[in-house]
Amino acid sequence: MYLKTLSLGLVVGLLASTSAMALDTKRLEPKDEKFSFEGPFGTYDRGSLQRGYQVYKEVCAACHSANHLAFHDLAEAGGPEFTEAQARALATAGKLPADPNDKGETTDDKGAPLMRSATLADHFPSPFPNEQAARANNGGALPPDLSMVVKAREGGPQYVYSILTGFGGTPPHGFKVTDGKYYNPYFEGWNISMPPPLKANTVSYSDGTKATVEQEAHDVVTFLTWASEPKMEERKRFGFGVLAFLVLLAGVLFAAYRKVWKDAH
Amino acid sequence: MSGPSTYTPKSGIEKWIDQRLPLPRLMHDTMQTFPTPRNLNIWYTFGGILTFCLAIQIVTGVVLAMHYVANAGLAFDSVESIMRDVNYGWLIRYMHANGASMFFLAVYIHMFRGLYYGSYKAPRELIWIIGVLIYLLMMATAFFGYVLPWGQMSFWGATVITNLFSAIPVIGTHIATWLWGDFAVGDATLNRFFSLHYLLPFIIAAVVGLHIWALHVPGNNNPLGIDVKTPQDTVPFHPYYTVKDAFYLVLFVILFAVFVFYAPNFFGNPDNYQPANPLVTPPDIVPEWYLLPFYAMLRSIPNKLMGVIVMGGAIVTLVFIPWLDTSRVRSCSFRPMMKQFFWAFAVVCVLLGYCGSQPVDAAIAGVPLVWVARLATLYYFGFFWLIMPIIGLIETPKKLPASIAQSVLGASAAPAE
Repeated sequence: MYLKTLSLGLVVGLLASTSAMALDTKRLEPKDEKFSFEGPFGTYDRGSLQRGYQVYKEVCAACHSANHLAFHDLAEAGGPEFTEAQARALATAGKLPADPNDKGETTDDKGAPLMRSATLADHFPSPFPNEQAARANNGGALPPDLSMVVKAREGGPQYVYSILTGFGGTPPHGFKVTDGKYYNPYFEGWNISMPPPLKANTVSYSDGTKATVEQEAHDVVTFLTWASEPKMEERKRFGFGVLAFLVLLAGVLFAAYRKVWKDAH
Repeated sequence: MSGPSTYTPKSGIEKWIDQRLPLPRLMHDTMQTFPTPRNLNIWYTFGGILTFCLAIQIVTGVVLAMHYVANAGLAFDSVESIMRDVNYGWLIRYMHANGASMFFLAVYIHMFRGLYYGSYKAPRELIWIIGVLIYLLMMATAFFGYVLPWGQMSFWGATVITNLFSAIPVIGTHIATWLWGDFAVGDATLNRFFSLHYLLPFIIAAVVGLHIWALHVPGNNNPLGIDVKTPQDTVPFHPYYTVKDAFYLVLFVILFAVFVFYAPNFFGNPDNYQPANPLVTPPDIVPEWYLLPFYAMLRSIPNKLMGVIVMGGAIVTLVFIPWLDTSRVRSCSFRPMMKQFFWAFAVVCVLLGYCGSQPVDAAIAGVPLVWVARLATLYYFGFFWLIMPIIGLIETPKKLPASIAQSVLGASAAPAE
């Protein structure tokens, strides 16, 4: 297996060196976008998380699932911190396949599957019932689940932000955009199956924030980073306490160490 | 564990127990009064640190196993549920995942320390060989553990490593099938890897017991590499080394905590947060950092069977070190030539690790890394099989101090001649 990769690698290397004219479609370095959650004391910007959820729900969720997120997460500390009533309202708007009814039926009179409203305990509903349906609706490509997309990509938040804002450029001379694909130089190979998801005012923010593409991308990436690491704030806070204790303990032990060894060397 | 015991029971109960099961005596002789060279430096604290690492891995691992589901369809989601729904599950999993890296960091320091100070030389050959066995068991355990989250790297790492066995002529494919329990890595493989991942740490714990037992027969080597001659050369293990080990252990735990709380995915691969998919091969399959030097050796040999033999040989070689080193002097501090080859060896190991981490067709300054890895592999084997025996014969070591006590306390402490 590794041999195959090895020989493939050698062939690719050879091709690359002999045909210097071939276009290198390696992805560009992600943009250097700054986020509130960076650094040892960084926390999620609550407003950005709530706006990001709106972008996710109104735009991304049309094609992408986020299977690991539950509605109650939206009301938990360290997250978007909607009130429980708000989270419940958001859940109720979501529809999930229902259990069979008392007669054992799984469809209504017209043959449509029985549905029910989601509760706080439910995970986010998927836009498609299965992978085949998802592919059929997206030109053969599978929109990845977004629960951990930020952790699952090299470059993390900056990478996802760059993808979302990386559309619209003119492809360089000699690069052909594949039919049904879109040009995005931040994506490996530059051909991406996802159409540009964000435009100015794709969503309308209720808090008066101006919905530019950059703002929408920033907010939804904040939301998706929280989706990847919902316990980040707790983790950093906990870590500070642990480190403070350990440093103190190290100090005490160092004093003991010096005292015990005073006459031994 | 060896030598005359200095234990005297202090109470009737202790005496009663001591006559039936001398456990208090064992504890007293090995952890309290045990005569330890007074000149052990910071690099000798890693034995204790490693015991701590093993304990942390077992404790966090047992808790993780309460929530983990070893099933190809459920494993990935169960790990995510530990991260999100289990109380402090994120803490326990991040401790376990980073704990593995810290364990290897510590064991590499421990091994290089043994190599530098000649701790493998007579009469400590068995301590070293048992140590190599522990290292091998650690690598197996870590590999099985990395498969369990059933992410992309888990799956493809398992595929690459188990496929190595298929390089064995005639029976190789059968061995691979037998290992998988199927015709490819799948649910059966995941289940047995989980079983073995739970089993091996306890075997490691038992072998660590042998390691320490063997250590307590001749006692510790020391940075001077000379034998303990008088009681003046030693101090009792407690409180001298309990306090010193505890201090450096806490410094180590601080480093550990920085990773767990502030960079928990530093050692991880982003691909492993994508569920295993047998239909999509990641562009670069990379093992965890602590296996990279061996991976580089494997990839640098263009024949698969030879690659596997070289990789295995790199570990088997370690067993022979006690007899490959022909020098009469243990510590590299008194071996001006060997010291330089030792540091070159350390650099080569890091270089091999770097080569293993890079794509297979990568190059630095126009030199293909595969050639860098080949030369480094050559040095790795040359260091043990040629340099070690030859240098030991031709080198003139520096003059050794008369005693540990004299070296530490100055001439005044020298015993009267």
